[in-house]
Amino acid sequence: MEESKQDNAVRIGVYVCQCGSNIAGVVDCDAVAAYAGKLPDVTICRNQGYTCSEPGQNQIKNDIKEFGLNRVVVASCSPRLHEATFRQCVSEAGLNPYLMEMANIREQCSWVHSHDAKNATIKARDLVRSAVSRVRLLAAQTEMDVPVAPSTLVIGGGVAGIQAALDLADSGYKVILVEKQPSIGGIMARLDKTFPTMDCSI
Amino acid sequence: MTDAGRHPNITLLTMSEVKEITGFVGNFHVRILKRARYVKEKECTACGDCVEVCPVIIPDEFNMGLSSRRAIYSPFPQAVPGAFAVDITRCLGHNPIICGKCIEKCKKHCIDFDMNDEEMEFDVGTIIVATGMEAYDPTILDEYGYTRYENVLTSMELERLINAGGPTGGKVIRLTDSKVPKSVAFIQCVGSRSQRRGRPYCSNICCMNTVKSTIMLKEHYPDMEVKVFYIDIRAFGKGFEDLFRRSKGMGVRYIRGLPGDIKQDPRKQDLVLTVENTATNELESHHTEMVVLAVGLEPPSDMKAIQEMLALQTTSDGFYMEAHPKLQPVDSATRGIFFAGCAEGPKDIKDSVTQASAATARAMRLMNPGSLTVEAITAAVDPELCNSCGLCAKVCPYNAINVDTKAKTAAAVTGAACSGCGTCAAECPTMAITMNHFTDAQIEAQIDAVLEGNTAERIPVFACNWCSYAGADFAGVSRLHYPPNTRLIRTMCSGRVHEKFIWRAFAKGAPVVLVSGCHIGDCHYMHANQWTERRIKRIWKKMEKMGLRTERLSLEWISAAEGLRFQAVMEKMEKIRKSVTPKEIAETLRLVKGQKARSKGKASAAAKDG
Ligand SMILES: Cc1cc2nc3c(=O)[nH]c(=O)nc-3n(C[C@H](O)[C@H](O)[C@H](O)COP(=O)(O)OP(=O)(O)OC[C@H]3O[C@@H](n4cnc5c(N)ncnc54)[C@H](O)[C@@H]3O)c2cc1C
Ligand code: SF4
Ligand code: SF4
Ligand code: SF4
Repeated sequence: MEESKQDNAVRIGVYVCQCGSNIAGVVDCDAVAAYAGKLPDVTICRNQGYTCSEPGQNQIKNDIKEFGLNRVVVASCSPRLHEATFRQCVSEAGLNPYLMEMANIREQCSWVHSHDAKNATIKARDLVRSAVSRVRLLAAQTEMDVPVAPSTLVIGGGVAGIQAALDLADSGYKVILVEKQPSIGGIMARLDKTFPTMDCSI
Repeated sequence: MTDAGRHPNITLLTMSEVKEITGFVGNFHVRILKRARYVKEKECTACGDCVEVCPVIIPDEFNMGLSSRRAIYSPFPQAVPGAFAVDITRCLGHNPIICGKCIEKCKKHCIDFDMNDEEMEFDVGTIIVATGMEAYDPTILDEYGYTRYENVLTSMELERLINAGGPTGGKVIRLTDSKVPKSVAFIQCVGSRSQRRGRPYCSNICCMNTVKSTIMLKEHYPDMEVKVFYIDIRAFGKGFEDLFRRSKGMGVRYIRGLPGDIKQDPRKQDLVLTVENTATNELESHHTEMVVLAVGLEPPSDMKAIQEMLALQTTSDGFYMEAHPKLQPVDSATRGIFFAGCAEGPKDIKDSVTQASAATARAMRLMNPGSLTVEAITAAVDPELCNSCGLCAKVCPYNAINVDTKAKTAAAVTGAACSGCGTCAAECPTMAITMNHFTDAQIEAQIDAVLEGNTAERIPVFACNWCSYAGADFAGVSRLHYPPNTRLIRTMCSGRVHEKFIWRAFAKGAPVVLVSGCHIGDCHYMHANQWTERRIKRIWKKMEKMGLRTERLSLEWISAAEGLRFQAVMEKMEKIRKSVTPKEIAETLRLVKGQKARSKGKASAAAKDG
């Protein structure tokens, strides 16, 4: 992990994503960004059109280098969607990927509180504050490498299990094909002709 | 099929079941029980001599009971492996040998009643679940009289009757008089698309299967009168519409409307269907000599064992749930485990095969590099603080913690086995466990942050990554509105939510607190959420003793697919929140502070109750 400035001070960059109008259509992103900019340890805060886009990500990478950021908060969509994207993004700029935190201001804010823009903005602000207070305490994590055995257990010997077993076996992997019945074949083995080709099943 | 039986890279284990699976992606350890076949698999040439002498005659389940078989049998002529097998539950007895006629008869001496069930162990990198489905049993649908009327069959039974290799050599006959029926009526959606009985979903294959069957009947018996009663015909796939047109062109009548009931003419055993034709809005009566129920597909009745072993989740239809319905359609939520075929939902052969190839591609993607990077979110024990009570090892769903309670050695976590649920950290009485990336301090900072400001109106919600947080995302995707004063704090598992987090929230003035996670049985970390439930119940008891209203701490299970439920729970929380008065909050602060002071010296005592 590269840390350009060798002091221990926490320097957080906050990126508020508008997601086109998906977020900005409800949440006052300017207000959220302005609020975030004043939170302790926040070095830089930006309001972006699409943070996940290439220009959006490049901005984060540049800021990490230029301002020596050592923590990043992205306030955008669900981490279930883009956590991997932004972890990758910060790590490309030399930051440990676990020093990035997301605030979900789309799925859990603008999309569900579109009837109440004022409170949606307050919630977005709170979620960013929560993410900032968390990111401040995050530590770098390293992911371990584990070996992967080149073999597969296929449970069920119907047409799906058979196809999977053959694809793998033909590619050189060892396969254990487990079938509870005395023969493989599953339901298909009982059929005479099959749609749509009207040919024999076995 | 035969290719799979003789491929050098495939170990084919029939009459076998998976007993136990431990380990994790790349390093699964599998224990399999292979039941004795009592016939030597490699040597039996399937001559069938033994069958002739076996005195046991029983219905042949492969032919849906439309024919019989012996206790020593081969399920069907093209079976793989081809060797016969002894159905030991039906054999007159092998230990001691009571009959043994087959043994004498077999010239090659393939039959060996000394064979034992065999337990085998394997290490595998990936797992593909292809356990398929079952056809719906329409017996409970009284109006159709299945099993009461012999000439009412299921589509599965018709498949066997019309099959050249089937019990009648492909001749479609009535069971009552062995005559080819002059008329056949198909009833669609039996056990499917019903909110009342059977299953609510469309079973995907039954429309086209009926279209196929009508064409086959018309090809065999051009004069047969064939009718199909349906809600709508779903012929959406490639080549499907052509087939449907062909069926109609052959004179098959498609009548929109499902019969309300079937009556049998007791003399001839013919059947009379009463149906409201929804195209003409008229009540019609149709006479037919045979009825075929186009039965739907259901999850296998015995899928629970595998589901629990692998901690897999199911969607509301009962089939296995994909990691993502669009973007990861063959991945399970657990890394290294994939789905193929009907295990994931009803589908035809083409889709089953396509999905199987997709699953293998996903598995190979993991196996090809030879190694992979595992999550960094794991637990770590501080040996200085650990008192070797063993509680963490007890609660860990993955047996990832070793602690010798007798020798009093400190607990140690196997990093690669730990899945990062955080249950151990929430249960450790001495706070010896640090949950990386979800430390106490990190979560507490979030609790404080979301309660800052207008605290009395806030609803802090602990949500687990896999179910309730995902359910909230789904509510978002569905644009469902709910109260905006809710504030989610994500943990990987509800098992991570330490008791002290809840007291901290109340101590900060939270009017209510919600802990949410996967439904019991669906936890992404096997049974970790059962510890959540116990913990919350423990806290409720304390609240009761302290005189706090227990409903202010809620525990709700919300799946990733339950956006509506998430919305409803949020609305419920807001209702409770509104009932909490400022006086009640002030009183809570006082009580929680008092409780804190008292419980200080009790930490070690708590270590003893599990
Ligand atoms: C009446 C009927 C007619 C059909 N006609 C057509 C048609 O004409 N054209 C078409 O494309 N599709 C047709 N289908 C659909 C077709 O049968 C399925 O698409 C196909 O069988 C799915 O294959 P599968 O391997 O996923 O499941 P299955 O065929 O159900 O195979 C699953 C296998 O897994 C085994 N198994 C289950 N649990 C375990 C366990 N715990 N341990 C070990 N083994 C286990 C089972 O014994 C079975 O052998 C029809 C289906 C029905 C019911
Ligand atoms: S021993 Fe069992 S399988 Fe063999 S002939 Fe007797 S009853 Fe049949
Ligand atoms: S629960 Fe805590 S104290 Fe008990 S053995 Fe585990 S780490 Fe040690
Ligand atoms: S975090 Fe969960 S999986 Fe990991 S050691 Fe603790 S209890 Fe086991």
